[in-house]
Amino acid sequence: MKKLLIVLAAMTLVVSFAACTSAPPAASSADSPPASVEAAPPESDGLIKVGIINNPPEESGYRAANVKDFQETFTEDNGYKASFAYSLKFEEQLASFNQFVADGVDYILLSAAATDGWDAAFKTANEAGIKILLFDRMVSADESLYEAAVVSDMAQEGITAVDWLKAQNLAEYNVIHIQGVMGSDAQIGRTAALDKEFAAGAMTKVVQQTGNWSDAEAKTIVEAVINAKTPFNVIYAENDNMAQGAAQALDAAGITHGVDGDVVIMGFDCNKWALQELLDGNWNYDGQCSPFQAKVIDGIIKDLQNGTAPAQKKIISEEKGFDAKTITADDVNTYGLG
Amino acid sequence: MLKLKETARKNAQLLFPLVSLFAIVIINLIVEPNFFSLELRVNNVGNTVLSGNVISILDNGSELAILAIGMTLVTAASGGQDISVGAAIAIAGGVVLRVLCGNEASPDILHAPIIYAFLASCVVAMLFGAFNGVLVSIFKIQPMIATLILFTSGRSIGYWIGGGQIAKISEKQFGYFGGFIPGVPVPTPILIAVLCMIVIALVLKFTNLGLYTQAVGINEKSARLNGLNPVRIKLLAYIIIGFCVAVAAFIKVSRMSTINYSSVAQDIEMDVILAVAIGGNALGGGKFNMAGSIIGAYTIQALTVTLYAMPGVTSESIRFYKALVIIILVVISSPAVKSALEKLWAKLFPKKSPPVKEALV
Repeated sequence: MKKLLIVLAAMTLVVSFAACTSAPPAASSADSPPASVEAAPPESDGLIKVGIINNPPEESGYRAANVKDFQETFTEDNGYKASFAYSLKFEEQLASFNQFVADGVDYILLSAAATDGWDAAFKTANEAGIKILLFDRMVSADESLYEAAVVSDMAQEGITAVDWLKAQNLAEYNVIHIQGVMGSDAQIGRTAALDKEFAAGAMTKVVQQTGNWSDAEAKTIVEAVINAKTPFNVIYAENDNMAQGAAQALDAAGITHGVDGDVVIMGFDCNKWALQELLDGNWNYDGQCSPFQAKVIDGIIKDLQNGTAPAQKKIISEEKGFDAKTITADDVNTYGLG
Repeated sequence: MLKLKETARKNAQLLFPLVSLFAIVIINLIVEPNFFSLELRVNNVGNTVLSGNVISILDNGSELAILAIGMTLVTAASGGQDISVGAAIAIAGGVVLRVLCGNEASPDILHAPIIYAFLASCVVAMLFGAFNGVLVSIFKIQPMIATLILFTSGRSIGYWIGGGQIAKISEKQFGYFGGFIPGVPVPTPILIAVLCMIVIALVLKFTNLGLYTQAVGINEKSARLNGLNPVRIKLLAYIIIGFCVAVAAFIKVSRMSTINYSSVAQDIEMDVILAVAIGGNALGGGKFNMAGSIIGAYTIQALTVTLYAMPGVTSESIRFYKALVIIILVVISSPAVKSALEKLWAKLFPKKSPPVKEALV
C-alpha cells in the first residue's frame, strides 16, 4: 500500500512536470525552434503586441505551413512583437490565452483546439482592452466577443470536390468515403456534400468510415474493402494522408488508380507532395484548404489600428480544387504546402 | 526429464496465444469463407504482388511484431513497459527524413544513401533507448514513468529533428522497404520482420541474453550475487528496443515516403504491450516467451483486420470491440482462470495427464 502511494505520488509529480514543460507559452515555444518570446524587448517601441495561439506545427503539413505563415508575417520588420504558443489541448491553450491577457498584449490570434468554453476568457480579454481575432477555426462564443474570424469554408470545399466528381461522368459511383476525426470542422464540412449524393442515390456508399486523419487507418479500411471483393471506383479521402494510405492499399493489392487507372483518388489539403501525385497522374483530385490567413489578419489589424473595423465577422479564404488532368508544375510550387 | 518438463511448460504457455489466434481465424472463416484467399495481381508500378487478408495481417503486423521483440526483453528485465515506442518512432522517422532530405521538403536527389539514414536513425533511437534505460536501471525510476517523458515530448522532438517541416521522398527505391521490391510478390515489411525474428532467435539460442534477462527480472539481488550486472542487462534491453524502434520507424516512413509526426504509430505502444501480455508473459518481469509475444502481435493485428472486415462495425466503434475481445483474452489467460481450468482438467482426466504432457513435446 505504502509502495503504491509512493508510486502514485511520483507519477502525479512527473505527469505534472511533463505537462508543465509543454503548457505555459514561454516553455512551449521552446520546442518550436523559431519562436521569439525571449528575443522580444520588454517595452515595445511602437510595435503592436500580438499573442498567437495555434496548434503545434508537427500536427500536419497544413499546420506546419500555417505556423510558418504566421511566423513570417508577424515580424518586427512588419511592426509586430509576436509571442507564440502551441498546443493541441484546450486547457493549455486557455492557460496561454490567460498568460497573454496578463502580459497585456494588444491582440490575441487564436486557432482553437476546441470549439466550446472560450466565452469567459474572451470577456476578460475584452475588458482588458485586448482584441481577439480567430483564424482557421471557429469557436462557439458570441461573435460580439471577437473582431473577426478568418476561416476556410469546409462545406464549400466538399461541394467543390463533389461537383468535380459529378463532372467526371463516371458510369457508376461506388465510393469509399474515408472521413477525418469525427466532429471536426473539416470532417463535417467535407462529409456533408458527399452525404447529400449518397442520400439522393446518385452515388453508392461502399463504405463510410473514419480514418482519423491517419494514413495507416485509411489503408486498413481500403484493404478490408478490397479483401471483401466489394467493387468500388472512387476513394474520397478527407485529407492527403488518408488518400496516400488508400493509394498504398491499392498498390499493395495490384489495383490501378489515378488518371488512367480503375480507381479515382481524391484528397484534401494540397500538400506539395500530394499535388506532385496529381501531376504524376497517380491521383485525380486534391481540394485546397488554405493555411495562409496571416496576410488577411495582418490587414485587419492594420485597419483596426486606424479605427476601421472589418466589414464582416467571418472572412472566408479563397480556395480551389485541382484536377490531375489540368494541374501544372507551377501550381504545385505555388499552392503546394511544405 | 527436467528438460522435457521445461519444454512442456513453455509449450503450454504458447498454447494460449495460439488458441486465441486460432479462434480469430475460425470466426473469420465462418463469416467469410474465402477470408484466406490469396491473389496475384499487377499494380500501378507494374509489380506483381500477392494480396489478401493474410498478407494484410502479416504486412501491417510487421512493426508490431518487431516492437514486441524489444518490449518482451524490456518487460522481462525491468518488470515494466516502455510506453514511448510510438513517440520514439516519430523521432527515428524524423532522423531518416532529415538525413535523406536535409532542409529540403521534397528533394529531387537524396542527400545521402538510404543505408546512412537507416544507420543514423538506429544510433539516435538506441541513444534515446539508452536514455530510458539509464533512468530505469541507474536511477531506478519505474519504467512507465521514465518512458513517460519521451512519450510526452517525442513527437515534438521528432518534428524538430526532421527540420521543422514534413518532408516527402520521391525516390522510388526508398519505397521498397515499406512496399515491394520489384520481382518479389511479398511485401518487404514481412521479410524484414522475419529477418528480425531469425536474428533474435539466434541471439537467444547462442548467447546468454535470455537467461541473464530472466535472472535479473526474477530477482535482481540474487542475479547480482551471481555475478550479473543488472544495470547493464536492463540498459541493454532498452537499447535493443531502441533498435527495434528504428527498424519499425524505417518501415513506417518507407510505407508513406513521408511522416506525420503527430499520428505516426499512434497508440502502438498499447498494442505492443498487449501483444506481450497475450503472449502469456508476466508484465511484472522475469520469465518470458519471445514466440508468444510475436504470435500475440499478429493476433492483435488479425483482430484489427477482422474487425475492419466485419460488416456493420464502424471504425469509431472498432476500439471498443477490440477492447472487448482483449478483455476476454486477458481474463481467460489470467492465473485465476488458468488454475481453475487446470483443476478441471485434472478432475476430468485424472490419469491421462502425464501422457498429455508427453504428447505436447
